[in-house]
Amino acid sequence: MLDLLWLVPALPLAGALVLLGGGLRFGKRTTTAVGVGSVGLALAAVAAILVQYAGMHGETVARHVFNWISAGDVTVDFALRLDPLSAVMLSFVTLVGFVIHVYSIGYMHTEGDRAYARFFAYLNLFMFAMLTLVLGANLVVMFIGWEGVGLCSYLLIGFYFDKEYCAAAGIKAFVVNRIGDFGFLLAIFWAFKVFGTVDFSGMAAALAADPARYAAAVTPIALLLFVGAVGKSAQLPLYVWLPDAMAGPTPVSALIHAATMVTAGVYMVVRCNFIYRLSPTALLVVAAVGGVTALFAATIGLAQNDIKKVLAYSTVSQLGYMFLAAGAGAFAGGIFHVFTHAFFKACLFLGAGSVIHACSGEQDMRKMGGLARKIPVTYWTFMVATLALCGIPPFAGFFSKDEILGRVFAAGAGNLNGFGASYLVLWVLGLAAAFLTAFYMFRAVYMTFHGEFRGTPEQWHHVHESPGSMTWPLKILAVGSAVVGLLGVGRAITFGTDLNWFEGFLHRVAPTVEVEHAPSLGTEWVLILLSVAVAVAGILLARRFYFGAEAFVAPRRIAERAPVLYAAVANKYYVDEAYDRAIVRPLGKLAHFSWKGIDTIAIDGTLNASAFFTEIAGDLLRFLQTGNVRNYALFVLGGALAAAAWLLL
Amino acid sequence: MTVPTTHFVIFAALLFAIGAAGVLVRRSGISILLGIELMLNAANLALVAFGRQHGQLDAQVFVFFVMAVAAAEVAVGLALLVAIFRKQRSIDVDRLNVMRW
Amino acid sequence: MMGTAVFYLVAVVGVVSALAAISHKNPVVNVLSLVVTLFCIAVSYALLGAEFLAAAQILVYAGAILVLFLFVVMLLGAPEEPPAGERRPFQRVAGLALAGIAAAGSIAVLAGIRAAAPAGAVRGTAEALGRLLVGPYLFAFEFISVLLLAALVGALMLVKRKH
Repeated sequence: MLDLLWLVPALPLAGALVLLGGGLRFGKRTTTAVGVGSVGLALAAVAAILVQYAGMHGETVARHVFNWISAGDVTVDFALRLDPLSAVMLSFVTLVGFVIHVYSIGYMHTEGDRAYARFFAYLNLFMFAMLTLVLGANLVVMFIGWEGVGLCSYLLIGFYFDKEYCAAAGIKAFVVNRIGDFGFLLAIFWAFKVFGTVDFSGMAAALAADPARYAAAVTPIALLLFVGAVGKSAQLPLYVWLPDAMAGPTPVSALIHAATMVTAGVYMVVRCNFIYRLSPTALLVVAAVGGVTALFAATIGLAQNDIKKVLAYSTVSQLGYMFLAAGAGAFAGGIFHVFTHAFFKACLFLGAGSVIHACSGEQDMRKMGGLARKIPVTYWTFMVATLALCGIPPFAGFFSKDEILGRVFAAGAGNLNGFGASYLVLWVLGLAAAFLTAFYMFRAVYMTFHGEFRGTPEQWHHVHESPGSMTWPLKILAVGSAVVGLLGVGRAITFGTDLNWFEGFLHRVAPTVEVEHAPSLGTEWVLILLSVAVAVAGILLARRFYFGAEAFVAPRRIAERAPVLYAAVANKYYVDEAYDRAIVRPLGKLAHFSWKGIDTIAIDGTLNASAFFTEIAGDLLRFLQTGNVRNYALFVLGGALAAAAWLLL
Repeated sequence: MTVPTTHFVIFAALLFAIGAAGVLVRRSGISILLGIELMLNAANLALVAFGRQHGQLDAQVFVFFVMAVAAAEVAVGLALLVAIFRKQRSIDVDRLNVMRW
Repeated sequence: MMGTAVFYLVAVVGVVSALAAISHKNPVVNVLSLVVTLFCIAVSYALLGAEFLAAAQILVYAGAILVLFLFVVMLLGAPEEPPAGERRPFQRVAGLALAGIAAAGSIAVLAGIRAAAPAGAVRGTAEALGRLLVGPYLFAFEFISVLLLAALVGALMLVKRKH
């Protein structure tokens, strides 16, 4: 079965090719069979592979598919690699991917046949690219998947391309990602120059054999890789594309912009942990960017009124947590949060999609309220996922978030790489972000599901629970959000017994960077209680502000007292505007100058001038063409004599 | 005593120049073809003379080929003249300017 | 001694008849003068040891090609005298000047050459040429036959009357 590893990405690719090759002309029934069926088969293949892999004690399996690039001493194979890390990613990418494909059957059924087929074609293509990214055995194959998911993200954000803001959001995502991809590309070149290979095993072996030899190159390569990760995983300062990406259909937001693609950056950093662990600077940069992003995005989330925007900023914030973990050396912890986050964030997005579906396309939470009575399944699944996100035990997010905060505190207290104080500051930021997360998530819950309905009576009349193809995925993901955390129960919770299966599984490929003086069990218990308390405090504050008779009074008063602060938060700190002023417009002016000044005048002018002179010369020289044969003979003889004279004299 | 090669070549050069003058000065298509024949023969003569200078027979083979090509050229050239004459009732090449700009 | 005298004789006769071949008004005289020149060239070939070529020169040129010329001249009749205004004086002057330059220039160059004695008479007998033609030059030989066939077909196509 392991020899059929290539089938896993190949099946969705085949689905996409069939749908696109058929010119998107299939009916909905055929499209569903092909689009969902191909991912279902891939899920079955993954299940079979993982069952076999479970008995292999986490050894690395590499499968060479074909020799791809061979030029001089550059050899790149199209090779796939299955190890504990890619196995974890594989499991939830295919599972969540399949569930979201099923959900899309219901969500997209109002679209025309052609748009429906286009949607599933792109979604299948995305699955292919994401699985290639995950399974790639070297940086180049990974980069192909990386670019592929970027392309599909662009196509799906701009799915409603007839709406201008959707097309613009697609372009924005693509361009911002390009900045990160550029860094990634440079890192690949650099790695190839230094290591002579881009294969993960090869690079790891080279580093293990002689770390001192590569000491100078490790930090720049790690930082350039991280530039790529910052772009793809929407971290400061390149996070701006992700909130806009919510213009795409909600299943896309769930699959690509919450559960899978945006975590590719974290995956890449953990995949390359053999580089990062040798560079304390790069680790600190990763942790700092992650920690600051986690808090920064959470504050913006406080004042968003679009339900999907809240979730988008929450995603940015949670991605920050993942980088914070990786930066603190807790690579397995970061991936664990990726894993749990995929379930509860996908569930939240699909729940939001169900809400939007129920409210006939309305996304503004100010026009919702009291929906819990009409759409109970959506409400309860949303609630479970929210609790998971807030880190309330025993839901999944509690274990992963607690693991991260614990590890960061340990890095600070244990003075990891001599940056102890910085890690302690980052721990405080993470804790603050946890508080804000609980607050804005329950704000969203109260605004959407509780209180009185604030839309029109007609809308209220239309509110209905979604069909089974949408509620079943919600239920599956809610169950996942509730239980998957048990795979990685922390050491303190079990009073020192090591039941953390997840970290043990990943230990072979991504061992945690241990600090010398790990905190005692008692300290860890204090930390756990602290993080839970912070989350509960956030929930209670949200309840005080947005629930019951006094709802909306306190927030309004704050907005009136501190209008500048409120406006800044509500307008996302004017980051987009600042980028527009500082980067986009100057670049636009430069491009305009290149067009009007350089291209039109200089380049076109030169070409037109040469054409003009050629024409003039032709106009004059045509008088030589007398049309008289004897005249031509004269020229021939004259020319022959001149040539003879030239040769003789 | 044999005639020096240069004398043969001078003879050939004179014939070539006369042929070229004929091609350039005459207007009758037939005369122009005659001039071309003369030039070809002059070139042949020079070839044979140089061949003797080097003691090789290949030059004569070339002359043989030139003769064959000349025969072909004359056949086609005269056929062209006949066709043109039928069309224009004239073989004055100065009147052949229908493809002029 | 005898061969030398013969060469200078045929050279003078050849040049004079060549001048007549291009300058006389009557095309029949032109063609017949050219026959004389070609005979002179044939004699020169014989003097150079190219016996087969001398024979071929007389057979192919004097015997076949110029008869073809004569035939066409007879067929088309004497060309009419062109009107005086159409004589293109520049073409005439420039053509004669260029031909003169060519003649004078080549004589000047050739007269200055002190060539070594010829490497020795290689007799171009029919047998010697034949061995070369169907030996090393077989491909060219066959190709020439294709060319002649093409010329034959082309000439036929050109003169065929279209009904």
